[in-house]
Amino acid sequence: MSALLVEGLGKSYAPDRPAAVDGLDFDLPRGATWGLLGGNGAGKTTTIAMLLGILMPTRERIIALGHDMARDRFAALARMNFSSPYIALPARISVRENLRVYGHLYGVPRLEKRISELSEQMQLGEFLDRPAGELSAGQKTRAVLAKALINHPDLLLLDEPTASLDPDTADWVRTRLEEYRAAHGAAILLASHNMAEVERLCGHVLMLKQGRLVDQGAPAELVARYGRGDLEQVFLDIARGTAA
Amino acid sequence: MNPALRRIWGVCYRHLTLFRRSWPRVLELAYWPTLQMMLWGFMNTYLSRYSDAPVFAAGVLLGGVLLWETVLRSQMGFSLSFLEEIWSRNLGHLLVSPLRPQELVAALMVMSLIRTAVGVVPAMVLAWVLYAFDVLTIGPALVGFAAALLMMGWALALGITAMLLRYGAGAEALAWSVVFALMPFAAVFYPVNVLPGWMQVIALATPAAHVFEGMRAALVEQRFAVGHMAAAFVLNAVWIGAAALLFMWQFRRARVRGTLFNIGE
Repeated sequence: MSALLVEGLGKSYAPDRPAAVDGLDFDLPRGATWGLLGGNGAGKTTTIAMLLGILMPTRERIIALGHDMARDRFAALARMNFSSPYIALPARISVRENLRVYGHLYGVPRLEKRISELSEQMQLGEFLDRPAGELSAGQKTRAVLAKALINHPDLLLLDEPTASLDPDTADWVRTRLEEYRAAHGAAILLASHNMAEVERLCGHVLMLKQGRLVDQGAPAELVARYGRGDLEQVFLDIARGTAA
Repeated sequence: MNPALRRIWGVCYRHLTLFRRSWPRVLELAYWPTLQMMLWGFMNTYLSRYSDAPVFAAGVLLGGVLLWETVLRSQMGFSLSFLEEIWSRNLGHLLVSPLRPQELVAALMVMSLIRTAVGVVPAMVLAWVLYAFDVLTIGPALVGFAAALLMMGWALALGITAMLLRYGAGAEALAWSVVFALMPFAAVFYPVNVLPGWMQVIALATPAAHVFEGMRAALVEQRFAVGHMAAAFVLNAVWIGAAALLFMWQFRRARVRGTLFNIGE
């Protein structure tokens, strides 16, 4: 069953400029984690913004969790969530207060209990009542991830979830994501520049270049198809146009 | 709780928590209205010593200060709450949640009401304690006047928010200045008929001018100027309608241009 069906997704910012995203098609099944890969400017963030409804596509059909995003995006958004290290939580209020705000926005029942659960799962206890602006990078990432999971999303969109984290914290975050997907059967679409992360988490990868989907498949499949040793070398082949 | 009301409460909770954590922000709300009241209060006391004009005895200047602060704080309360979301780079998170744009606007209006009350009530008390001016002598019409001024503040703030959506935080100077450009036309301290003809046309299209005409009628002549009250509300409906259209247009344009995710400078 499809969590996210995308047909002909495209975005042009101006008629005289190349399309930022051009004719993207994919069908993300429920319970799967897929990667969205591409160099800077390949269209990953633009794609995620369109999937979240915050950016209007030039042409599209996006069905998220059975809802047409052009007509009924708020019904889908209630069951989705999003995390990016580039969009902060309000810095002057505490992590607990931030979680309350988003709990109300997403209509989370028994909110205080949900915050306690997340505090335990994400190990927020030591800084739950500290202002979000006073947290370290790793703590901020955990807080943002807790916000992203506050409503038990069926579809999670993550933009570089482990950017700027040390290897230990990044590994911890990946483990939590794997646990969440396994426990809730959620679909995850992950944009990342970290190929080891993508190989570990993603069952399927969409390779973007200049806004177009140039290849896709399971990481091992792509590695074999390009005759390379790992996904990073495949990425470089595609980004540099040196694929055989 | 109704889901829409809960989302509106979520945004209000975020701002109220901010105030709870920052007492200087709360003090700042009351600072300017209180200062203005002190200045104009002594000015009124001084002028009333040398003039028999009933406007001074009736406290028209003080009523003007209080009601002008209502429109000013209403507009700023709304605009600054929206700017807080831009400054904290939180708008992206809010707008990918199930929060509808109209719910965000409703929450900003609630915050504007709270900020206005926190700002203006201490000035009201000061006027009563220091200058024996009781704004409640305006009578029940005061509720209508205050509501009309709040609405005018919201209309201006919606327009300013539309510009913030268009130009980002670079347009934030508008939040601090637009309302002052309307002050000469609002006839806060003088009647509309002292203005030149062309200015009177603009003044009579401004809801606040009708409120202040009505306030003077109530304080000096002890009569309820129903025509001015009605005109203020009709004009407010037009202003808010136009500002809402501008806001929705710019919101849609921002979604087309992709500026909502990282709206900033």
